Order: sequence, then C-alpha cells, then structure tokens
Amino acid sequence: MRERLRTIANALAVFAGLLVLWQVVLWLFHVPPYMLPSPWAVAVALDSRFPSVLASTAITAQESLEGLLASIIIGVVVALVFAQSRWIRKMLYPYTILLQTVPIIAITPLIINWVGPGTAAVALIAFIISLAPVIANTTQGLISVDENLVHLFLMHNASPAQKLFKLRMPHAVPSLFVGIRIASGLAVIGAITGEIFAGSSRVGVGGLGYSILYAYSQLQTNYLFALVLAAIVLGFAFLFVVMFLEWYFLHKWHESARVPETE
Amino acid sequence: MSPASNVPQIEFEGVTKSYGTGRLVLQAIDLKVLKGEFVSVIGPSGCGKSTVLKLISGLTPPSSGTIRVDGMTPANARETISFIFQDATLLPWRTVTENVGLGLELERVLTKRRTEKVESLLRLVGLGDVAAAYPRELSGGMKMRASIARALATSPRVLLMDEPFAALDEMTRDRLNEELLRLRAEQQWTAVFVTHSVAEAVFLSTRVIVLAPNPGRVHAVLPVDLPFPRTAQLRESPEYESLVARASHILREALIQ
Repeated sequence: MRERLRTIANALAVFAGLLVLWQVVLWLFHVPPYMLPSPWAVAVALDSRFPSVLASTAITAQESLEGLLASIIIGVVVALVFAQSRWIRKMLYPYTILLQTVPIIAITPLIINWVGPGTAAVALIAFIISLAPVIANTTQGLISVDENLVHLFLMHNASPAQKLFKLRMPHAVPSLFVGIRIASGLAVIGAITGEIFAGSSRVGVGGLGYSILYAYSQLQTNYLFALVLAAIVLGFAFLFVVMFLEWYFLHKWHESARVPETE
Repeated sequence: MSPASNVPQIEFEGVTKSYGTGRLVLQAIDLKVLKGEFVSVIGPSGCGKSTVLKLISGLTPPSSGTIRVDGMTPANARETISFIFQDATLLPWRTVTENVGLGLELERVLTKRRTEKVESLLRLVGLGDVAAAYPRELSGGMKMRASIARALATSPRVLLMDEPFAALDEMTRDRLNEELLRLRAEQQWTAVFVTHSVAEAVFLSTRVIVLAPNPGRVHAVLPVDLPFPRTAQLRESPEYESLVARASHILREALIQ
C-alpha cells in the first residue's frame, strides 16, 4: 500500500514538474496565448466551461463504449471461428491485418456516407479501429493451449463443448484482456477521430472531437486545451476500468495480474 | 505386494512407429505388461520412450503391429487409463479440488460422488490443507501430488507416467517415489513409468525395460526382485545398489551399440 502511494506521489510530482516547465517555456520564449495558453488559463477555461466539457466527454465516452463492446463481442465470435482450423486462419487472417492498416481517417467520410452523420457512425468507427487487437489476441489465446492439456482432455473423451468451455475459453481470458486493453485506447481515439468528421449533426453540444474542431475554428485555444485534457482523462479512465476488471477476474490465478510484492 | 498375475494388461505385437515420411521411432516392439506390474522404461533420449506411452494411451496410432490394453484397442480402453505428464499440467484457473475432480467432471460423474472421491484422494496425497488453493500457490512437489490425485480420481486400471518427477529436486522425488508405491499398495493399478533416472526405475519397478535408440527397440529387460513394501531404507541395501549398477551398465551398452 505504501509502495502504491509512493508511485502515485511520484507521478503527481512529474505532473507538477511538467506544469512548471510549461509555464517557464511561456515566460522564456514569450509564446502568444493563442499558440500555447498558460496552465492557469486552461484551468480557468476548464472551470468556466465545465458543463460543456463534461457533456462532450459523456457523448464521446458513450460512443467509445459502444464501439468497444461491439469489438469485444464480434471479436470473440470471430476468434472462435478462427480457432476452428489453421485453414480458416490462413484464409481470413490477412483481412484482420487489413483492418489494422487501413487509415481510419481515410475511410471515415465513406462510413458517414453510408451510415449518415451522428453517434452511430462514430461508434462504428470506434468499433472498426478497435476490432483487430481483440481478434488477434483472443485467437492466440484460444489456440495456444498446452498440448498435454489437450491430451488430458482427449484421455477423458471430452466433448468438443467441454474442450471449448473448460479448456480453450478460460485459457484465452488473459489474452482477451490484453486485446481489450489495446482496444480500449483505440476506441477512444477512433471515436474522437470520427466526431471530427461526423459528430456535427447535433445541434448544441457534440462529442470531444466535434468540440475540439469548433474550439480550433474559433481560436479558443484555452477551451481547446481543456478538451484535449478531457480526452486524455477519458482514455485513462477506459484503461483503468479495463485494468481493474482484468485484475478482478484474473488475480486469483494468473501470474500477470499478480500485485507485485513489496520489498 | 501383488505378485504380478498372469493376465496381460498391455500387449505390443510387432509394433512399429514412424512419424512423417519414414523417421522410424520404434521398431518391432514386442512387449507384455501383466496386471499389477510396475514396469519402467529407460533409455537414452531419442529412443522413443514417450512414444510408447502415447501408443498405449491411443494418443497416436502405431504404424504397424497391434496394441491391446485390457484386450481392447487403446482408444476403446481410454476409460481405464490415466496419464501423468512431466509437468503437472494443472489448469491454472482451477483450485486444487477442481483440478483433481477434472477427470470425473469430464466423465460426468455426479457432483456428490465427485466431491467425496476428491476429498478422500486429497487426504491420501496429503493435500487436504491446500484444497482451495490455486496451482501457482503450490510448490513443484505439491503440484505433482495434485496431478497424481487427478490421475487416480477416475480409478484407472493402467497408470502411464512420463517422467513425472524429472523437474523436482532429489529429496522431493525420493519422497514421491515412496508415496507412489504406498498408493499402489492401496489401490490396484498397472504402471508404465518412463524415466531418465536408473535409480528411480529400479526403486519403483517390478521390471525395467531398457530401450536402445535409432530406431527405438528393446535392448534388455531387467527383472527387479526386491521385496515389497519398499521403503527409504531399501536405497541403502546392497541388493538395490547392485541392481542400479547393473541397470546403468546395460543402459550404457544400449547407448554404445
């Protein structure tokens, strides 16, 4: 516990140091506020426009979450299909790589064309960008079972369902979480990217991407920075929730989820 | 105990095994293991020791020749066979109790009977206190005890062991050897035990089979007439030591040949 407190204290100290450095740079080079506002100005902007920042964050959070959940569900289903045979993997795996290499920003306009602008399109983009890591990691977990364990199940004449539910699926859970961890960050990035193109159909507030674009066009750099800060916090929040769930489900038995022992 | 009966439990007739295109692993193996025997298979690496176990368990078919277990084909005899692997191969997400009950669970034995059986086995192998623990909390020796308990849970008539104690320190290994014999005295099973250790083979077995490599074939069969029950004191007896020396000599011969 004391170890953990010290870790947090260290992280906060680095953060404070960065703020000081930021301020020093402003003073030394006389940077105009529309290029880089002071930390204080950002804090003030965050305070005065807090309801709108919060509303934007909530919209982005919901879209990211929808995209991420879809990725997890579809990704696990696809991985189960991939785990059936080497043949299927060889045939279809190149397409998951394609999924990873297509620049999401390039196909975003196309998706908006198909789905129409709005939160559904944004969630779809978050889904597309976060799908590949779930598929890849879960498939790996499903197929990398120790050969002797497979033999053990064979020796007891285990049915295909028993092999799947009592061996392959539990074995794949740690890998699934690795996939979800990567996907959670990507989903938030995907949602914000999508909003820059597609989040503008809403009157009043849009998600973070939309608001960032708005703040940029209005040269409200303070507000822009406050929104970027909110985006970072949102990404962290997703990661922390995933890591907590990972710990919750795995800490009893899995090595990677073990809390490091204090010296 | 158990002077081996005359009833064959495992029979190999002219068994040859090659993998892929022609790499011959075992050549013309004739072998008969009687009910109640404890047979160890030793030999230099590459002599196909582990393949013998895979053939008995039906995990791989012979290229030619016939194998019978309890008069049946290995695949049909699976219910009577338990396999203990070199690593404990426990499921890390299951507690010791759940691991030991795995075989019974897969064979759809009712929960109540399963629980009783698992509890009594855990006491028998001395794991009663860690029944609720996960494998990663156990020492290597305890994991192997759990693995043995799991194998015995399905009341096998044939127990196949593939270097089960190879990864353990010598003291733990000796203790588990003694316990294995104690379990054998209480229950009735026929054992085929693959090992690198000549001393272990002599200590445990009623017969030691020495394989020669490239391709694997039976080089010699050494009967071990030491009386049961065998305890730790046996290791200091001259009869035991001379048998170990002989077995080592035969093993060296097999390697040179």
